Amino acid sequence: MAYIAGVGNTRYGVVEGSSTTSLMTDAAHAAIADAGLALRDIDGLLTGYSTTLPHIMLATVVSERLGIRPTYAHSMQAGGATGVAMVMLARLLVESGQCRAVLCVAGENRATGQSRDQSIQTLAQAGHPDYEVPYGATIPAYYGLLAARYMHQFGVTGLDLAELAVVMRAHATRHPDAHQRQPITVEQVMASKPIALPLRLLDCCPVSDGGIAAVITREPTGEAKVRIRGAGQAHLHQHISQARDWAAMGASESAARAFAEAGMAVTDMRYLAVYDSFTITLAMLLEEIGFVRRAGSGEAARAGRFGREGDLPLNLHGGLLSFGHCGVGGGFAHLVEAQRQLSGRAGDRQASNVPTAFVHGDGGVMSSHVSMILERV
Amino acid sequence: MSEPKPVVASSDPLARAWWAGVAEGRIGYQRCEACAAAQFYPRERCAACGSARLAIATSVGTGTIFSITVVHRPPSPALQAFAPYGIALVDLDEGVRLMAHADPGLAIGDRVRATFALFGDRTTPKFVRAG
Repeated sequence: MAYIAGVGNTRYGVVEGSSTTSLMTDAAHAAIADAGLALRDIDGLLTGYSTTLPHIMLATVVSERLGIRPTYAHSMQAGGATGVAMVMLARLLVESGQCRAVLCVAGENRATGQSRDQSIQTLAQAGHPDYEVPYGATIPAYYGLLAARYMHQFGVTGLDLAELAVVMRAHATRHPDAHQRQPITVEQVMASKPIALPLRLLDCCPVSDGGIAAVITREPTGEAKVRIRGAGQAHLHQHISQARDWAAMGASESAARAFAEAGMAVTDMRYLAVYDSFTITLAMLLEEIGFVRRAGSGEAARAGRFGREGDLPLNLHGGLLSFGHCGVGGGFAHLVEAQRQLSGRAGDRQASNVPTAFVHGDGGVMSSHVSMILERV
Repeated sequence: MSEPKPVVASSDPLARAWWAGVAEGRIGYQRCEACAAAQFYPRERCAACGSARLAIATSVGTGTIFSITVVHRPPSPALQAFAPYGIALVDLDEGVRLMAHADPGLAIGDRVRATFALFGDRTTPKFVRAG
């Protein structure tokens, strides 16, 4: 058994004066307190990477900064899936008896710690340095290629994608820590400036500062009683030019492993926490995993199915598209919100009955997939 | 604008050789001598069967657009002069897929042929409508 005993986060957005370590420190202290634990109780530490603090040993940098001496520590890299991957490993560490309490922490001043061009160029390196990046490709360009093909293949429209941006923004208006909280309309999304067509500015997540953390233990130690019931991964390619089956990028395979371990199915999930770096990312993941039909994400959004009162409440914190994207912490925030929803602690955002949740992280360009099933105990 | 560099710095000798070919107007790919699989990008081993017996072949340069995006926001000011530019995934007739520049007016399914054009500090393959 493994529980997400405590969670914590900083405000996301432009956090002047912040650094990778300040954001991680604030989030870590909040999560440890939420778990009802003290710093000395943490004997495992997992972190990801930071583009503003590149380091070959970030986990021990963070441990030293926090003043803890873990018996197990290292950093991990699975792009946007890193947050969920850290929690998956933390679960194995506590279930095996290796650790009692593992702190998973992410943070980066991605918005204020570097120029916009630097950020875009660093992130473009998820593409192939020799066969993709030299064409002036960017992360939006890779996802623009995904969008064009997926729209062509399944009949998804720009309006369908815009609906997802609108829903994520509406959700973020209810979260005091979200980066983008001004409501937007479908018309505004469709009229926003072109970035990598068919993707426009409001199809893309913002670049944010932010820190977030969770503590994983073998038994609940705080108020929240949220158990990890299953997890799975799939890694079918790194570079988008090497992806073979565009209707099966690895998401359904990863999810199937998590569902099999949990002994549950798509229809058992009452809350969805699904990676949404771009509107197309969210549509493809929801549709490939099977929460909605192919090309059905837009209609589901229009019908209110993804809202607090809907049958598939989705990313009620606002997702990457509006809560914000600070790197590893971006996709980690979905899991943290799922824990809050499951434990009935999401305040104004709380969905009415959340006994189960599905979490999915995507790294690279649909390259690394990590899925997780959570349940309220 | 600087002059095109015939050989682009990369830590991978296979990539240096591939771009040297591009500078001379060739799109190279690999053909496995063990299992006959075609492979792009060039690797040390065949990703289908693991064989190290890989021959370099040159594509005739025709293919079909698998997907295409038009980049309006380039990654650096140096590339702004080229924007908006098309980036496509092209299925070459030899059976491999590569990323390359493409005419922004092209659509998925269009038949294309390779040309070569200066982009920033290097010459890159750029696909245009065939025929």
